Amino acid sequence: MYKSYGKLQVLRGVSVKLEEGKVISIIGPNGAGKTTMSKCILGMVLPDSGDIKINGESVLKKHLYRSQIGYMPQIGKYPENMKIRQVIEMVRDIRKKAAVIDEELIGLYGLQNMYDKRMGSLSGGTKQKVSAALAFLFDPQILILDEPTAGLDPISAEILKGKILKEKKKGKLVLITSHVMSEIEEVADEILCLVDGNVMFYETISDLKAQTQETRLSRAVAKIMNEGRVI
Amino acid sequence: MNKIIKYVLYDILRSKIVVAYTLFLLLLSIGLFNLGGSPDKGLLSLLNLVLLTVPLISIVFATTHFYNSYEFMELLVSQPIRRSKIFLSEYLGVSLSLSAAFLIGVGIPVLLFAPGATGLYLVLTGLFITFIFVALAFLASVITRDKAKGIGIALMLWFYFALIYDGIVLFILYSFGDYPLEYATLALTALNPVDLGRVMVLLNLDVSAMMGYTGALYKSIFGSAWGVGIAFLVLVLWVMVPLLLSRRAFIRRDL
Repeated sequence: MYKSYGKLQVLRGVSVKLEEGKVISIIGPNGAGKTTMSKCILGMVLPDSGDIKINGESVLKKHLYRSQIGYMPQIGKYPENMKIRQVIEMVRDIRKKAAVIDEELIGLYGLQNMYDKRMGSLSGGTKQKVSAALAFLFDPQILILDEPTAGLDPISAEILKGKILKEKKKGKLVLITSHVMSEIEEVADEILCLVDGNVMFYETISDLKAQTQETRLSRAVAKIMNEGRVI
Repeated sequence: MNKIIKYVLYDILRSKIVVAYTLFLLLLSIGLFNLGGSPDKGLLSLLNLVLLTVPLISIVFATTHFYNSYEFMELLVSQPIRRSKIFLSEYLGVSLSLSAAFLIGVGIPVLLFAPGATGLYLVLTGLFITFIFVALAFLASVITRDKAKGIGIALMLWFYFALIYDGIVLFILYSFGDYPLEYATLALTALNPVDLGRVMVLLNLDVSAMMGYTGALYKSIFGSAWGVGIAFLVLVLWVMVPLLLSRRAFIRRDL
């Protein structure tokens, strides 16, 4: 996959195969192309060249495949004068075909009590909760979470992590971009590291620790990054 | 698609700008019909004001609406919907609500004070102008991400079609006055939807006698059903071309 914004090359030949039933964490320095990569999968950003396949089928210029994806953006942007209820109802209206509706997060976050608040009046954290609830609402096969816990309070972050692990057990593919190594260690199985639009490494967490002989993930990653070697 | 239009319309009605626009048009029309003696005179003044204000309000409102709906569109593109569907829903939502405002604000007074073919042409022209300028506004909005720039481009477009273009035409007519320009003027008229609408309404009033040879030519062309059909076809083209261009750009852009 290749993508550049004008002269700035964001993705320079990223090629990975992601298996279902795993939680994969995408890490890398700021501006490494993490968000761009997830937006490409969603079709929000169109790659210059390359292809994205889900279950062996190319998804470029298609739209129906998105019914299998739940997306939680880094910064949730919502129409300011719509109420929480309207946003959720509208998305449900669009995804009428979804067989299973999973309202667990709406319940756990107590969003029903705020249904009549306007999106514009919500705090950043509450918006994140709405985003999370929307991402999990339709029981999608693939979850793309862009820095999901940034802005969430510790209790809400715990709820979200619990939910991620629960979904993983159901055999779903979960992609998380994050900078918080301890958090990644808790939920993720594999780590995909992007640096300057290239894949630096893509390993399971246990392999990483074994290779670097470190017990903590953050140290293991730091070690590899400092050595600057590409595995 | 209807679902999304529903939410777009809901959003527009909340802002109350369209309601204010309706009242403004209503006051304008009723005032002009009561001011002038004959209904024809009222229609003529109404035509001139409609051709100045409707494009301006349509293009500015549609541009600001497009930029304000950015979050809404971002939310939708990650959902399983075609992008062109999102775009066309936005377009129809804006143009239909502005058209409804125009029908109430101008259509009803015309029906009451000056019913007839001329009035019908005036209303049709106004509706086409609305659709055309909303399409131009969307084109301006997809060209740039910067809201201020987008509104700037939109205002330039209005300025061009409503004011500058006539100046250019007059300059050409004046400079090449020694040559037969009837067909050239006809082509020049078709290149500006505002002028095309104006000519169509004027020819239905009795003022066309004052327009000389060109007027006679216009009369012979726009007087026939064939000519009117062509004129409306050109107006449809004026809607479709910017709309399809901007839809294409919208589908291919990154959000």
